Amino acid sequence: MNKLRRKVFLAAGCNTISMGSGRKEFHPKKPRPGLEDYVKEAGQGTLKLVGGARNVDEGVIGNFMAGRFNHQGNLAALIPMIDPGLLWKPCTRTEGACCSGALAVMASIKSVLSETAEVSLCVGFEVQNTVKAMYGADILSTAGWRQERKAGHAYFFPGKFSDRAGAYYAKHGRERTRKAMARWYRNAIENARLCPTAQEHHNTTKDLEAQALSEPSPKSFVEHLTVYDCSKVSDGASAIAVCSEEGLKRAGIARSDAVELVGWGQVEADLTQPPPDLTVLETTRRAAAQALESAGIKVSDLATVETHDCFTIAGVLAVEAIGLAKPGEGPDFVSAGETSRTGKVPFNTTGGLIGWGHPTGATGVHQTVTLWEQLTGKAGANQIEVSDKRPYGLSINMGGDDKTVVALVLRQAR
Amino acid sequence: MDYAERLENAAVLGAAGKMGSGIVLLLAQELADLALKPENRSRCYVLHAVDISDRALAGLLKYLREQVRKSAEKRIVALRQTYADRPDLVDNGDIIEAYVADALAVVRPATVPAAAGQANVVFEAATEDLELKLKLLKAVAAENPKQPWVFTNTSSIPISELDSKAGLGGRIMGFHFYNPPAVQKLVELIRGKTTKPELAEFAEALCQKLRKTVVPSRDVAGFIGNGHFMRDMLHGIAELERLSKEMPFVQAVYCVNRVSQDFLVRPMGIFQLVDYVGLDVCQCILKVMDPRLPGQGLKSALLERMLGLGAKGGQNHDGSQKDGFLRYEKGRMAGVYDPEAKRYVPLAELQAACDAKLGPLPEPALAWKTAARLPDKDKALAEFFGKLDKMSSLGAELAKRYGSRSHEIGLGLVKDGVAASPEDVNKVLLTGFFHAYGPINDYFKAKVSR
Repeated sequence: MNKLRRKVFLAAGCNTISMGSGRKEFHPKKPRPGLEDYVKEAGQGTLKLVGGARNVDEGVIGNFMAGRFNHQGNLAALIPMIDPGLLWKPCTRTEGACCSGALAVMASIKSVLSETAEVSLCVGFEVQNTVKAMYGADILSTAGWRQERKAGHAYFFPGKFSDRAGAYYAKHGRERTRKAMARWYRNAIENARLCPTAQEHHNTTKDLEAQALSEPSPKSFVEHLTVYDCSKVSDGASAIAVCSEEGLKRAGIARSDAVELVGWGQVEADLTQPPPDLTVLETTRRAAAQALESAGIKVSDLATVETHDCFTIAGVLAVEAIGLAKPGEGPDFVSAGETSRTGKVPFNTTGGLIGWGHPTGATGVHQTVTLWEQLTGKAGANQIEVSDKRPYGLSINMGGDDKTVVALVLRQAR
Repeated sequence: MDYAERLENAAVLGAAGKMGSGIVLLLAQELADLALKPENRSRCYVLHAVDISDRALAGLLKYLREQVRKSAEKRIVALRQTYADRPDLVDNGDIIEAYVADALAVVRPATVPAAAGQANVVFEAATEDLELKLKLLKAVAAENPKQPWVFTNTSSIPISELDSKAGLGGRIMGFHFYNPPAVQKLVELIRGKTTKPELAEFAEALCQKLRKTVVPSRDVAGFIGNGHFMRDMLHGIAELERLSKEMPFVQAVYCVNRVSQDFLVRPMGIFQLVDYVGLDVCQCILKVMDPRLPGQGLKSALLERMLGLGAKGGQNHDGSQKDGFLRYEKGRMAGVYDPEAKRYVPLAELQAACDAKLGPLPEPALAWKTAARLPDKDKALAEFFGKLDKMSSLGAELAKRYGSRSHEIGLGLVKDGVAASPEDVNKVLLTGFFHAYGPINDYFKAKVSR
């Protein structure tokens, strides 16, 4: 990748609550906020931190499937709803399944790089609790190749990642992999408990690993995963401002309150083709490698990672794809606690998709908000230690079964 | 005729009633499941849903559509396999809708019993009224040339009596679902003296397919479930009458109801349960049991009086609770009926005074919902009732008397051979009445061992 023609900063992050089962205030049969409420709450939170809508040049909104979850299209036109000051400004909607959020961040980044915007308001959202899980599975299955749907599992994506888990068990051992997946779950919930907006914030289960080690039930769910291995159905939104140097000044944001984009990887695989090796997240591997290479850093320079753990097995596979463990050794790295908040490289420090939640279109934005919080010391109870020796954060947002992947390397702006 | 063939043409009499609609729901799915099997594709499965009311049958179809959909949603993993050879059904939503259509397609609503004229198997779920049941069963015996097997959902009438009076020649068996049939796991199976063994085999197979918990009961009026419930209810009424000499009637109702729920750790108080079942249904059951089990005092003047005043209980068509001993708002107790004043006294006017009279619950309190879910509930219950035993408040004394009487009733059912074992009695109360513990337990001693 060529050197960035200008510096790009991210700041002023804001998350709504990730709402869904697990939150005390969630009741599936009672009225809940609509997508407009989530978009407004996250967008206004960011606007407040950038000095208002007048400082914003454009808006980008990431969302996967509002067209089916909420029967709503033309989503770019939701941006002016956030604040009348955004009326008549250029807005764009991005869609790349569960990677829609990071695609929105990339679109904002590219706007700033192309000098068409100094401050781009980037929002991601999804409101999925409008339908029961088995119908939601139909909607989410559109992130896969349609021609695979008929032969696919009722719960299509849990089915896909169950197949990956099964292949991994066969190749590298079931028990040690399940143990690592259970540890991944425990880390996710423990981090979420510290974060008031996390869907699992109210989780009080004592022995999380024992719970996660319950046996899968293929009759009612999938063969190799339990519900504890899966991210939940979530409603939520996240927003962040992507700025140029001039944009930061205009918004009155100190550099120390922003993170700088150091590198990125954006990789697309062929939707119609199955993964070459179920035990490898090849697209993720390529995106992470691109991001680290463009940043000019090594994996050992990472202070923290936000990865796309839509399933615990995806977390374990990502550890290997990033290069923190050799193929087959991801489970050891995770089981040794190296991805926990006190480990060598804390992963998903606000809970990730399993703990914080996975409002699909919001996730990529939420990951950058978490990195921004951690790298600028704003993570509150979730704060981890970030040393000058290893100042970088990596985010990985994945759409579909490792098809659309965006990886970003960020560090506190200097 | 094997199981799959037997069910090819089935009928439910009283199909739109509280029990009948649940039985139709279960059978419609069982028939649809059979029809969807490749080996049965040449067969045409039919379930005649017979009821006197067109309006009620319209309600039945609406109920079926909603409930089959819910069930299909839960079974989606298996249903995708069932419809694997249908390329037009791709999404879960497509498959669920197809199953709803297939299940409803087997149901033939009808308002005349003659519609069941070709059925191989008839499920009778009419009101608990001997004459009505006999009228229907005689019609089946006379009009159906196929000599169908009859499974009656009676909860109290002896099967042998139905058999001899309707002239079914041993082609009848008791198949007592609990309310609501689609949810309750328990089925009491009752063989009459003359019941043919093939019926019992079929009933067992059907129960297994419907994933029901079977408890066999001897053919004695009331069987195990109502054998316990009616006597338990009469104890509650006797306690109410005793207490109402010392306190206003409405307070006595409240006190006995609360004790039988909170102090006994049961899902609902005895008068709420009577309202749920319906005072009229309870009265019908007593009228069956009392003459067949003479000398046991299985009757209640109070029930008669309440019914005369129009306090009937039971449910509305939408499933909401009708007022009986108690008045309900959004399913929750809101008042108690005063037969003298012929009005419901609001709960707020009597609750505090009654609770003060009853005294506190053992600490820490143990709610039924909590107890039922505890992995070590026996320990928690033993602790709770151990503390209760040491208390001498009015609530504790009433609870001890109640628990002892329930225990005594349970032992009586075993002694009289209605139930084969204490485990069977307990299983009926645990699964059919959702109790957290069986009546035959170590928490309460039976005062009189029969």
